[in-house]
Formats: sequence, structure tokens, C-alpha cells
Amino acid sequence: MEVNFWNPEVETMERSQLEALQLKRLQAVIGYALKTPFYQKRLSRAGISRPEDVRSLQELQKIPFTVKDDLRQNFPAGLLAVDMEEVVRIHSSSGTTGVPTVIYLTAEDLNSWTDLLARSIITTGCCRKDIFQNMMSYGLFTGGLGLHYGAERVGMTVIPVGGGNTQRQVQLMRDFKTTVVHVTPSYLLHIHTRLAEFGVKASDLHLRRAFLGAEPYSENTRLKLQELYGIDAYNSYGLSEMNGPSVAFECVYKKDMHLWEDAYIVEIIDPATGQILPDGQKGEVVLTNLVRHAMPLMRYRTRDLAFLHTEPCPCGRTHRRLSRIQGRTDDMLIINGVNVFPSQIEEVIMAIPEVGTNYMIHLTSAGALDKLIVKVEIYSKMFTGDLNSLDALKGKIRDRLRASITINPHIELHEPGSLPVFEGKAKHVVDNREKL
Amino acid sequence: MKITQISVFLENRKGRLYEICSMLGQAKINIRALTIAETETFGVLRMVVDKPAEAIELFRKNHVTANQADVVAVEVPDRPGGLANVLKMLSDRQVNVEYMYGFVEKFSENALLVFRFDNPEKGGQVLRDAGINVLAGKEIQGL
Repeated sequence: MEVNFWNPEVETMERSQLEALQLKRLQAVIGYALKTPFYQKRLSRAGISRPEDVRSLQELQKIPFTVKDDLRQNFPAGLLAVDMEEVVRIHSSSGTTGVPTVIYLTAEDLNSWTDLLARSIITTGCCRKDIFQNMMSYGLFTGGLGLHYGAERVGMTVIPVGGGNTQRQVQLMRDFKTTVVHVTPSYLLHIHTRLAEFGVKASDLHLRRAFLGAEPYSENTRLKLQELYGIDAYNSYGLSEMNGPSVAFECVYKKDMHLWEDAYIVEIIDPATGQILPDGQKGEVVLTNLVRHAMPLMRYRTRDLAFLHTEPCPCGRTHRRLSRIQGRTDDMLIINGVNVFPSQIEEVIMAIPEVGTNYMIHLTSAGALDKLIVKVEIYSKMFTGDLNSLDALKGKIRDRLRASITINPHIELHEPGSLPVFEGKAKHVVDNREKL
Repeated sequence: MKITQISVFLENRKGRLYEICSMLGQAKINIRALTIAETETFGVLRMVVDKPAEAIELFRKNHVTANQADVVAVEVPDRPGGLANVLKMLSDRQVNVEYMYGFVEKFSENALLVFRFDNPEKGGQVLRDAGINVLAGKEIQGL
């Protein structure tokens, strides 16, 4: 199999050299972290007041974990390590309780991120001749712009179409002979179900590869997509706190994802005790970003569960491989590629006076896509007997939820007391989706 | 002149309409007129009963989401154009009909309809002035 490199020296670096590079970059990040109110306090308590106070990678463990809630409590600028005029890009994601989280990038940070994505793209076997159709959302979401920049750096022809509008996606794939797409697996499956409607066969397309991401899926779904389209499909991993995609990407062997260890220090921990687990054991992924200075983030608990492979990869890269994400340590839902916490939904609906005290969140499959159904009990005293006002209430709930979680939910109104009541911990989510 | 209509919020669930009707039956409350307005996932049952105050109390006790509204029960000549004539009188006097439905049985030779007007007071008066019989609550109870 042909193996291409973007930066062969770094990608095949010996372990000892790689670790030396990690330490050097970690110390630089600590230097920036010490400029933020958040880390200054935290690091000084851990006895770190200068970058040299961390003398080895083992001493990284002196630094306490950072969690999502730290980001919220220090919103917006508690982790900003540079002057705002140095910042060239902001990405933000909606928060679990209404407080968003934000990341900042300097020009150099953006350059490092873009370079990792160019590397990731080349790793899958793509080259500058490819026509790249980016079906991920642009904007504050990191997935769209990230790969866009990476593909341009490789020199591919980029079609920045963004998400949705299946007819136009198919038209663009035909008109410009798209060879590579970046897409959620469920959307790529959905497109296939609609090809016939547009009079197109998968074999009419020029597609050769797909970058899959933003939602969990099984090996069977990959195999199905590869067969349906006659393509190679590659898994990827990233999260907005770590810039987005670029953390890990599969190579042409498709045996799980090389985690770019020159840019990220990965630890797998026992989520209950915080103890570091040996390679091969499943635990929570903890990441330290080594190539972002505007907003340092060290030992960040991702809440994603995965393991690291122990055996080397035939492609020759020395960076360890991360398994598929096996689950979450929290209740985050991924709906059509968008991260949603049930608490976000609760927050919105409970702020509406016509809504009663109980609600349920149902997830089902509508074809290849997910369907979100929010069932709410109405508040008896708000019932006027008028159908229009009930319809208006449905519309209001739908609009407010869409504004908060960016997904268009289906709203059902129910009688007070009709939805299940739980003793102890309430189970407000019923997930009946077919597993991808 | 105005009579009481009871609206009940009905979620779209098998047997729910039965439960409501059987509740009324057991309490010996008679439904005189009814209609259901429905959407995909829920409906509103509107009805006129012989004992509206008791029905409201019954629903309150049983945690049924209900509300009341003023409507007008009107005798409409049961012949071609009968309803059209009544509607024209209302329209000429700028009274809007929000919705209407029929009684289960006749009161006389005429058809008996329930009207919900934007202004029930005025609507009733317009019809009465034109010599149309508008029934009072007492008469509904006696049906």
C-alpha cells in the first residue's frame, strides 16, 4: 500500500525524540498558561511558577486535570494567555447550561492546527489533485473551517458547501467530480438513500474517499458506506476544546486513528479514580494541547472513553493509535453530528410558562438520520381551550430549542401527569436509534 | 343567552377520549353537543353538557386539563340556505364566527348549532334581534 507523509520527520520520529519534543512544547505552553488567571492559581498551588518546574513528561502529573466546567466558570477570558489583538480566530460551542465555551487561536496557533489537518488529509492517501467537498457546517463549529483550511494547505480544490441541502450536494458532486467528502456517517448514508430520486447512481459519482467524523459509528457502518459508494472511509477524532478535528486521524491501513503526539499529549485514565491506565486499557481520554498558545489547555478531561493500541502500525508512523470512541462518561447525546446535553433541552423548555413539570426526550431513526422528539406536559392553568394557542406553543418550544441546540426538534404536547414519573434519578432520555 | 362550553386538552393516545366520556357518564352528565379539533399529536375536545359546573369540577378532581368558554346555541332553519341566512346577518354586523358545530339532536323542527363568536354577547343579540331563537342555559339542561 502506498504511504504518503506530510511531515515524515515528525510522523516517524523515534519515541525518545518525540517525547523530547513534547516536553519542549509543554514547557512553552506552561509559560503561556502562567499568564492566565486560571492556570496561574492552579499551577502555583502545584508548585509550578516557571516552565522549567516541569522537568520531565512524568511531572505533567503534578498539574491537576482541567474539566469542561472550568471552561464555563472562566468564560470568556479566564484562559486567554495573549492580548486579544493577537487572536485571529474564535470558535465557540453552546454550553450545557447556557454558558458557552470558547477557544482562541493566534495566527501561529491557526497555522499549527491547519498543518495538522493537512497532515491528516495526506495520511489518508489524498493529494492536491483531489476535489474536496466539505459537508460539515461552517461557522462557530470547528469541523467545517478546520478541514477547509487543511485541504487548502494541501492544495486540493475545495467546495465549501457546508451541511444539508442534499440535492445541491449531489449536484455539486456530479458537476465538479468530487473525489473526497468530509461528512457525518449518518448524512452520507442519507444521501445514498436519495440518489435515485435525483436520477443518480453511486457509480456515476467520482467519489474515492470520505472523512467521517462528529458522531460515533460502528465498523459495520464504515464497511457499508465503503460498499455503497465504492470508496475508502476514514475515521477521525477531535473536539472543539482541542481545536476540533486534527487530534487523531486514520492512515491508509484504517486500523484506528493516529493521535498526533507531537501536538497532543494523551493520557488514558480511570474516570473514577483519575489513575493513569496502561496502553490497551479503556478509559477516559485526557489531552494536553501542545500547539496552542492563545488558550492553553492541559490535562483536559474529554469525557470520551477509548483505548490506545500497543502494537506499531504498518504505515511506519510512530504516533500511537486511538481506538474508536467507546462511549462517554457523561450523558451527552450526539444528534446528527451535533453534541447536545439533555440539560440544555431542559433549561429551554422549563423556562416556558405554558410548560408543566415533566418532559421526555426521545431519539429515533428516520432513515439514516436521527429524529429528536421532545414531549412536554402542558401546564393546566395555561390551557385556554384554543387550538391556535397550542400550536403557537409548539412553535415557540421548537424555535427556542432550535436556537439553543441548532437541531430542529419535533414537539409533542401531553396532558399533565401523563408522562412517566421516576422515583430517584429521572430517566428523561429514551434512545431508540438504530446503532450506526 | 350565552351558554358554557367546556374544552378538554386531549393527547393523542388510544382510549383517552373514551376515558373522558366514561368519566362524564359515571357522573351522569350528558353530552349535548361535541366536536374535536385535532392536530398531529393532540386534540381539543369541545362540548356542551347539561351540567357544566359539575363537569368542570369533575375534570378538576380528575386532573383533566379543561377550560370553559362562552358560546351561543342557535336554532337554524333546517332548509337549504338556512345557515347561509344566519351567517349573512352576522357578517353584516361584523360578528366573526371562530368555529361552530351541531347538537346531537334537534330541539324543534330547526337544526341546533353551537357558535363561538369573537364577541358572544353581540352575536347572540344580533340573532335575537332578527328573530332567531337563541337558547339559554336552562333550555340546554332540559334537552
